[in-house]
Amino acid sequence: MRRPCNSFARLRDAIDVGGTPPTGYLIGAEHRTALGDLLSGSAIATGVENLRGRSVLIASEDPLLAAIALIELDGLARRITLYPPDLALEHLLYVMHYAEVDAVVSDGSCLSGASIGAAQHAILTPALIPRASASQQRLPTEWILLTSGTTGRPKMVLHTLASVTEAIGASQPHPLVTWSTFYDIRRYGGLQIYLRAVLTRSSLLLTKPQEPVANFLERAEEAGVTHISGTPSHWRRALMSPAANRIAPRYIRLSGEIADQTILNNLRSFYPDAEISHAFATTEAGVGFDVRDALSGFPASMLTGTPGVDLKVVDATLRIRSSRTAQRYLGENPPVLKDPEGFVDTGDVLELRDDRYHFQGRRDGVINFGGLKVHPEEVEAVLNRHPQVRQSLVKTKKNPITGALVVADVLLKAPSLPEGELARELQQAIRQFCRESLPPHKVPAVISFIPALAISDTGKLVRRHG
Amino acid sequence: MSVRSEILDQFKQVAHEQDMRLGPLSDESPLLELGLDSLCFAIIVTRLETSLGVDPFSENEDTHFPVSLGEFIHFYEKAVQ
Repeated sequence: MRRPCNSFARLRDAIDVGGTPPTGYLIGAEHRTALGDLLSGSAIATGVENLRGRSVLIASEDPLLAAIALIELDGLARRITLYPPDLALEHLLYVMHYAEVDAVVSDGSCLSGASIGAAQHAILTPALIPRASASQQRLPTEWILLTSGTTGRPKMVLHTLASVTEAIGASQPHPLVTWSTFYDIRRYGGLQIYLRAVLTRSSLLLTKPQEPVANFLERAEEAGVTHISGTPSHWRRALMSPAANRIAPRYIRLSGEIADQTILNNLRSFYPDAEISHAFATTEAGVGFDVRDALSGFPASMLTGTPGVDLKVVDATLRIRSSRTAQRYLGENPPVLKDPEGFVDTGDVLELRDDRYHFQGRRDGVINFGGLKVHPEEVEAVLNRHPQVRQSLVKTKKNPITGALVVADVLLKAPSLPEGELARELQQAIRQFCRESLPPHKVPAVISFIPALAISDTGKLVRRHG
Repeated sequence: MSVRSEILDQFKQVAHEQDMRLGPLSDESPLLELGLDSLCFAIIVTRLETSLGVDPFSENEDTHFPVSLGEFIHFYEKAVQ
């Protein structure tokens, strides 16, 4: 019997199973690398063996190089930290400090001269060099994934190969499958697709940062992509592209955001032959479950009927316990990731209607903009620094394009509310002020001036999930 | 103000606010080639909901997403009627 594909002690073992070499490719925008070539070749110019036992941070603009580095370093490094290309470099030293990084592998340019302190620096190149015959000793490598945190600093989430691949157990190698994802593979949703491809030795087409959707879809057509994942927002954007009909996927996966019925129906009618699945997964809780009935939300029966995953609803919020969850957080004053019984509180609020649970947003008011988390507190801190602002409340507004949009209620210091042109000018000035210290998706798209903000009995701003 | 001119105004206004260079606004232009990102479209849809009182994207679950600017305008004109 074939072994489950997630039972490898290290990622490299998945492509090094003896007999016929794997036929799959990692396909980047400029280069492609055969998985089989990684058996004898290395993208780390100074030699991968120098990194044995180190805590290595991978930073690369090109996801292909990160994809290769992961295969090379898992089981060899003590720890791997994946630095996403869209994360500001101002957090680099913080992440390096708390992940105890003592080596950085990068494509050379993406760090833009940022300091990496005393850490060793190795350069990644797509032209593989012969790989010295490696020691067969396998270290249990820790994987650090970064996700957004309340203060703008990333949260550092510790996984292992076992926890990130646990959900992939049932897949078997299949030569006719080519995977792709709209996600960057340094994010949990993209990483899941990367791992599915590598563990089944299939090809994977990688998107590059800021790639226009039409380019990506054309490359997906050329590569013959059959299985493809993205957030509902990625898919809405794809369906608004004239290139949407370039691909004919057999399997479509949505994750990272609430999949509403409109996007599910649109995908069903545009790609009638595709199997469509929406997954509940977070970086911390791992993959919770897949919903395959083309309806939004999930059947209440899944709470007890999901093998290997314990699900429960406490105070209308979903909690998950499984071997797919992360171990813990790293970082300054890391919060507790699991309760004493091992459950991860996802913070996602559920409502039960007709035997089906529907996601209602976040208990803590976190805004999910196209799969990117925005913590209201971070935006409020910026708004409150504006000289004319006394206090602010940042909240989510539902949006059919990006799932949600950041909006703000603002209480001004001046006693009277501005009107007309004066109000518009001040709104524009406050937005400009926010733009100076926040990425565009965190800047409130709508600012409303209000006479008072609701404060609870405990003296906190009243937040409602939406 | 007509639905068409309100929509074109919002495209220009949001592109200006987001420092995007807006491509030529002809009916045949594919929406995704106007130089705007998803955030811009999200903002435009929200502003149009305020100014025109409709959000045709959310009106029914079988809505098909518009691909060209002309389709986008027609989408709103139909919803306003």
